[in-house]
Amino acid sequence: MKRSNVIMLIASLLPLGLFFFPLWKITLEAPQYPIPLGMYIHINDFSDVHPHDIKNINLMNHYVGMKYIPEAIPEFKIFPIGIIITTLIGLIIAFKGNHKWFLFWFVLMIVLSSAGLYDFYLWEHDYGHDLDPKAIMKFTNPDGSVMGFQPPLFGSKDILNFRAHSYPRLGALFLGLGIIASFTAYLTGKKNNKKPVTM
Amino acid sequence: MKNILKSTLVLLSVLVAFTSCDNASSKSNSGALSSSAAEKVYVAPGEHDEFYAFISGGFSGQLSVYGLPSGRLFKVIPVFSQDAEKAYGYNEETKPMLNTSHGFVPWDDAHHPDISQTNGVVDGRWVFINGNNTPRIAKIDLSTFETTEIIEVPNSAGNHSSSFVTENSEYVVAGTRFSVPIPQKDMPIKDYKGNFKGSLSFISIDPEHGHMDIKFQLIMPGFDYDLSHPGRGKSHGWFFFTTYNTEEASTLMEVNASQNDKDFIAAVNWKKIEEYVNNGGGTMMPANYAHNVYDEATHSATSTMKKEVRIVNPLDVPGAVYFLPTPKSPHGCDVDPTGEYIVGNGKLSANLTVHSFTKMLNAIENNKVAGDAYGIPILNFEDVLAGVVEQPGLGPLHTEFDGKGNAYTTFFISSEVVKWKLGTWEVVDRQPCYYSVGHLMIPGGNSQKPFGKYVVAMNKITKDRYLPTGPEVTQSAQLYDISGEKMELLLDFPTVGEPHYAAGCPADLVKPRSKKLFKLEDNKHPYATLNEADAKVVRDGKTVHVYMTTIRSHFAPDNIEGIKVGDKVYFHITNLEQDYDVPHGVSMIGANTSELLIMPGQTETFLWEPKQIGVWPFYCTDFCSALHQEMQGYVRVSPANSNTPLKWSLGEDIE
Repeated sequence: MKRSNVIMLIASLLPLGLFFFPLWKITLEAPQYPIPLGMYIHINDFSDVHPHDIKNINLMNHYVGMKYIPEAIPEFKIFPIGIIITTLIGLIIAFKGNHKWFLFWFVLMIVLSSAGLYDFYLWEHDYGHDLDPKAIMKFTNPDGSVMGFQPPLFGSKDILNFRAHSYPRLGALFLGLGIIASFTAYLTGKKNNKKPVTM
Repeated sequence: MKNILKSTLVLLSVLVAFTSCDNASSKSNSGALSSSAAEKVYVAPGEHDEFYAFISGGFSGQLSVYGLPSGRLFKVIPVFSQDAEKAYGYNEETKPMLNTSHGFVPWDDAHHPDISQTNGVVDGRWVFINGNNTPRIAKIDLSTFETTEIIEVPNSAGNHSSSFVTENSEYVVAGTRFSVPIPQKDMPIKDYKGNFKGSLSFISIDPEHGHMDIKFQLIMPGFDYDLSHPGRGKSHGWFFFTTYNTEEASTLMEVNASQNDKDFIAAVNWKKIEEYVNNGGGTMMPANYAHNVYDEATHSATSTMKKEVRIVNPLDVPGAVYFLPTPKSPHGCDVDPTGEYIVGNGKLSANLTVHSFTKMLNAIENNKVAGDAYGIPILNFEDVLAGVVEQPGLGPLHTEFDGKGNAYTTFFISSEVVKWKLGTWEVVDRQPCYYSVGHLMIPGGNSQKPFGKYVVAMNKITKDRYLPTGPEVTQSAQLYDISGEKMELLLDFPTVGEPHYAAGCPADLVKPRSKKLFKLEDNKHPYATLNEADAKVVRDGKTVHVYMTTIRSHFAPDNIEGIKVGDKVYFHITNLEQDYDVPHGVSMIGANTSELLIMPGQTETFLWEPKQIGVWPFYCTDFCSALHQEMQGYVRVSPANSNTPLKWSLGEDIE
């Protein structure tokens, strides 16, 4: 097996790390939460950082009319299938394909990951803006518009008394490494292809 | 004029020189670093204390939890007294905790806390404490800081030489201060002598759950068994009790019980008696005593009346009990960390008597018996004496040890703590107490491993030490640094009730095990409501059960109709919160009981018997959230013969 194909093989397997490690983490800090509230986003689940965190995030959020974080979202079914399919494609390419296919897989993954992130952003936006009109507390921005409570997609942000942090976790790292590795496989394969056959 | 000025200057400079000399010498006396007591007790905001101190409340019946060295009060744990703040003894769940053979006894005199031990070292699992008045022993679980068990001690009165724990928590021991007829009977008081008996109860502790069970009661001569401590290390397997009133007087005790030059320390070989009992020894005697157990899963206590107790006649177990003559009505009975020395604090003696365990064994082995009391052998004073601390102070009461070869004894009359050396019996240092000190405590004091950094002295009188509060002023504790050769007074702090002894241990033993909440899924309360959707009201004749939940910031249901005058309404309230430090309270107008204070995941019940028609509000009593003020509800009470249907709601009107 050629070196580039070995790299591609690894690249296609790396995203499977998403099944073992969380993709993202959202943390909410406030003075009365010396241990911050936190939530992991897995490819197929939301989970507490500390026991009952999600329940307590929901309790906080209901004051401003935010919906409860759902037990499950359709993405939890779609994303795992997506990862398995792309891994399978990656494996086939690793065994059968050449560097051009590696590039194809790289682009495919970039497109799908971006779509996933965009989907995540939409959910967050809805979660932060689609507020119960009977909300206990209503806040407005300085311009008079209704204040939203959307957590950041990436980075840290102040939301009322909370400071929200949103950062990728190990699962995302595996995915990212897989994508980078596929590009490396492409570059390696391309270089080798240009080399004249010396035998 | 000039001369006067000059001489004044000279005089001043001499004075200044003397003063500074004085300063320098006093500094060198107390060590270069001992300058700031305030610094030593300062625990910065947000920081934690190094030690827990569990200080008994005496006549308050409770146990207070303090931090050392700051002296800050964290919690008052209700033990033997009803506590309206926590609904202890008021809610349906904890009422059985205060049940006794005399019925519901809502108060006691809480005396001597002691922490459970493993291998001779405090393990921070449970605190045991005795109720002196209606003899009881309580167990406090240090994962919840709640009283989880109380056992009544039959055949006892003035349960004072209690509740000390053996070095592997095999037993918590309870001795009687007042001898009584055993079994109780109607008889003339003047026939006390020879007829009244004193019982020493060995209460086994289940190693897993800490459940208490009276293994046996040793029925002793009718003396007053004042205090006790277990042997440890080499003397593990023995227990030592001070006695007074060996005169067996029953009136004008201050005189008549102070006649004998020497009373006794009773040395009890409990291992030997345990073996005897395990082989079927002793006799089962009819009795009636309550055993109250709180179950953390059901959040409820049950009270069981036990109907018999095993008693042992010491004469039936030869070699199990000896009397060690000890001068002048000894009070505290304290065993040093090695288990070799037994200190008898002869409260009317000018000297402090220390017995030697090795010499005692030697005397027993060589059968050096001086006589007997009701058949129990008395050893020779000289044969068991290790040494005497000569004239250390007046009125010795209690001794603790620092694990570095020093002992610290309180003197009630001369109002001081005296430090002396084990073995050489020389007095090293003395510090005044403000005023009239009783007990003292070094964390881990009743163990092989004291943490000899601080000693807490517990005073009986404070007079002018604090801002006055009318005729009744606070009692107090004083903290001394004992890490150096000389003791240094660091801090005064007020106490809840009258502190009769305390127990302390490093915070790290307890802190990691302290529960943050009760898991809802583990709630097995028969009237628990684990989901808001399951909230309901059920009528059963004139009894109504309200299955109610709380979560920020509402009750479910919060409107109830169809309650009638004369009903017995039980509010079973489950706190659905699962977050640290989010209790909810509840109180109902006119309820003849206390509020409830319900921890996350817990269910508690109060009874309301409405006497008047109307619409009556209830509300949350613990400021739970930003919408706490909105956490309220109404109950409509109709006449007894009305047809108002039973209905309830949350978030919509009852139609």
